[in-house]
Amino acid sequence: MNEVSRRGLMAFGVAAGAAGLLARPALAQSRYPTRPITLLCPWGAGGGTDATARIIGALLEKDLGQPINVVNRTGGNGVVGHSAIATAQPDGYTIGIITVEIAMLHHAGLTNLTYKDYRPLALMNEDPPGVQVSASSPYKDIKELAEAIKAAPAGKMKASGTGQGGIWHLALIGWLQAMGLKPDHVRWVPSNGAAPAMQDLAAGGVDIVTCSVPEARAMLDAGRARSLAIMAPQRNPQFDTVPTLNEKLGISYSTGAWRGIAAPRGLPDEMAKTITAALERAYKAKEFTDFMNARGFGTVWADPDGFATFMGRSDAAMGEAMRAAGLARG
Amino acid sequence: MDPILTAFGLVFDPSVMLVILGAAVFGMFVGAMPGLTATMATALLVPVTFFMDPVPALGAIVTATAMAIFAGDIPAAMLRMPGTPASAAYADESYLMARKGQLDLNLGVNVVFSALGGIVGVFFLVLCAPSLAEMALNFSSFEYFWLACLGLTCAVFIGTGDPLKGFVSLLLGLAIVCIGIDPAAGVPRFTFDNVDLMSGVNFIAVMIGAFAVSELLRGAVDLHRQGHVIVPQVGNVFRGVGGVMRRYWLNFIRGSLMGTLIGALPGAGADIAAWVSYAMAKRFSRTPEKFGTGHVEGVVEAGASNNSAVAGAWIPALVFGIPGDSITAIVIGVLYMKGMNPGPTVFTENPQFIYAVFIIFILANIIMVPLGWAAIKSMKQVLRIPRTILLPLILLFCIVGAFAMTNSNYGIVLMLIFGVLGWFMEENGVPVAPMILGLVLGEMLEQNFMTSMIKSDGLWLAFFERPIAGALGALTLLIWLLMLGRGALTALRRPAQA
Repeated sequence: MNEVSRRGLMAFGVAAGAAGLLARPALAQSRYPTRPITLLCPWGAGGGTDATARIIGALLEKDLGQPINVVNRTGGNGVVGHSAIATAQPDGYTIGIITVEIAMLHHAGLTNLTYKDYRPLALMNEDPPGVQVSASSPYKDIKELAEAIKAAPAGKMKASGTGQGGIWHLALIGWLQAMGLKPDHVRWVPSNGAAPAMQDLAAGGVDIVTCSVPEARAMLDAGRARSLAIMAPQRNPQFDTVPTLNEKLGISYSTGAWRGIAAPRGLPDEMAKTITAALERAYKAKEFTDFMNARGFGTVWADPDGFATFMGRSDAAMGEAMRAAGLARG
Repeated sequence: MDPILTAFGLVFDPSVMLVILGAAVFGMFVGAMPGLTATMATALLVPVTFFMDPVPALGAIVTATAMAIFAGDIPAAMLRMPGTPASAAYADESYLMARKGQLDLNLGVNVVFSALGGIVGVFFLVLCAPSLAEMALNFSSFEYFWLACLGLTCAVFIGTGDPLKGFVSLLLGLAIVCIGIDPAAGVPRFTFDNVDLMSGVNFIAVMIGAFAVSELLRGAVDLHRQGHVIVPQVGNVFRGVGGVMRRYWLNFIRGSLMGTLIGALPGAGADIAAWVSYAMAKRFSRTPEKFGTGHVEGVVEAGASNNSAVAGAWIPALVFGIPGDSITAIVIGVLYMKGMNPGPTVFTENPQFIYAVFIIFILANIIMVPLGWAAIKSMKQVLRIPRTILLPLILLFCIVGAFAMTNSNYGIVLMLIFGVLGWFMEENGVPVAPMILGLVLGEMLEQNFMTSMIKSDGLWLAFFERPIAGALGALTLLIWLLMLGRGALTALRRPAQA
């Protein structure tokens, strides 16, 4: 009851605000935002998504003239943060960074939220998975590794990179299927993220890690691991010695972990336009490119419509991979 | 120019010194306030450091965390509320010392051995970071499984009194860890479709509840009864520290080494280091019966241990980009943000920055002594505040700290539930510490057990196949057998005596 009436009031407020916008468009344009904006991040401080959120936040702050506070709402494989963004008041003062997990969590039965519960504002980044092996591994290139995988009995080889059913697990499944193998031909060892998986690779605990190349960077630089390929249409200019699967194996399979900015679904058009325009300027800013290049993160741009189509494709592809691997529930 | 000289130039810049001093005061405050933790201090610094140059940015984090881990000892001794989780292991012991009239000695020992332990940790960070990281890198899930088992074994030593109640507490902690998403299969457990419960039970919020809020409840119950209050003595905190040093130098060395090592192991930080060191001190003490009565020996070892772990955690973080604890997990992000990508190249590409970090580390541990002294003096003034005002104020900070852990009210709810539960447990003679240990190590135990079984295709023997894992496993089983044997012996003797 209470909730309903509060929402009603809020809707009234938004309507009143919208009426004001219509009456004085020029003035109203300069009005939003009039107070600090919260940018919710479903992942922890210090991680890649957090860093991306913070550089976008810093550039938006300069552009919009209001402080942008990055708030981390972590846990539940991303469910907590994604729910917080979807259920926030659509008043333009709470937006969030959403990640590829939103295309996966509902297939896994962990939430009912899908990408349709958001108002997409812009796609900013995509990182393809890589194929990393330990420096002491006998496989010198992706061809040798692929042959070894095909020759090995099912379940003999072990791979890691993230939790069970996580994006890098799906990348492995997609690659195995593209090679005509069963999704569990290489057994997945769930880990607490890319860094622990890379450590386990160096410690000899697993044979392959399919996290993104920038996530593997510290171990690659340390000479502890080698990146044999990336599952992308083109090479990453930041790591241009790493070939694509297509170049070496003739497999055109590609996927990726992406990040974009979104708001709760009910965000008014005018506000969405303001933020998207600011995001586009941020995306073109030298600071953004420099920052993302320094971390090795890929940059891609899609406007709200493009982002929605992109998420739809991603959702379908993830659903297919998860059903094939028996990871889909509910 | 020589990178070391450049580093000195970078550090001894007036604005950098000002940042370090500011961070030190900030760290002291956050650490000394029950409820506010070192991890929170680091997280709060991230948006600030975003706009700073690399050296002041890292300097602020290094200084604030080092100070916070020490400052957590102050309210532990004065109020029986650890300021940070890292002081929880010996909060009881410190408080009992204070009740015996040894508050000054306790705090003097804490500040001196924290600083010295910190310096030992930095020493290893500077001199053997690559080789220590190398060692930590050889640990796979099999080794971590045994380490988690050894860590849980410490519960037997830290819990005083009835071992049965200690076990109940430990198992309760292990049961609570099961809430959330299963780390191996990714299936939600005991979440009742609640989004917050899917993130599991945040252990820092639990600790704030179990240690600070439960103590607040106890204080509220006998608010008007005197005798519970420690009369702040104004004395020389450094008197007697020299004697402690002469007597317990071995504890100091063992604590510092153990702390550095545990810090360097990915996933285990200052809090676990303090617990393991406290348990070690008791196990190898000539007078274990004095533990739990206000005995300084465990305080020396654990106090040095948690501060050395702060530096130790930077070892794998710098060399391999693998976080040694929850603080360095954030630090790695800051390193990347500042273009100092972790890896061996960080020592060759930007050596002056790394040397600057080392210099700040040493500096932070040196200024810890005068600043710590000032913090102790001012905290003594805080104790003069009437308890009817002080306790609600502390509760306020606890609420802020618990909220900050999840950025939602969920943290506060957890804190309150475990505050009441902790109070209830203690009033009934069930120790809280084993529950916390179960909570901290439970996920490590489960995850490493499950991944090991997946890797070995279900073969148990794999836990003994790798050399280090085999040795650790044999050691664990030996300790358990000895403990069982001793338990059986006392059980046999008891009826004879009775």
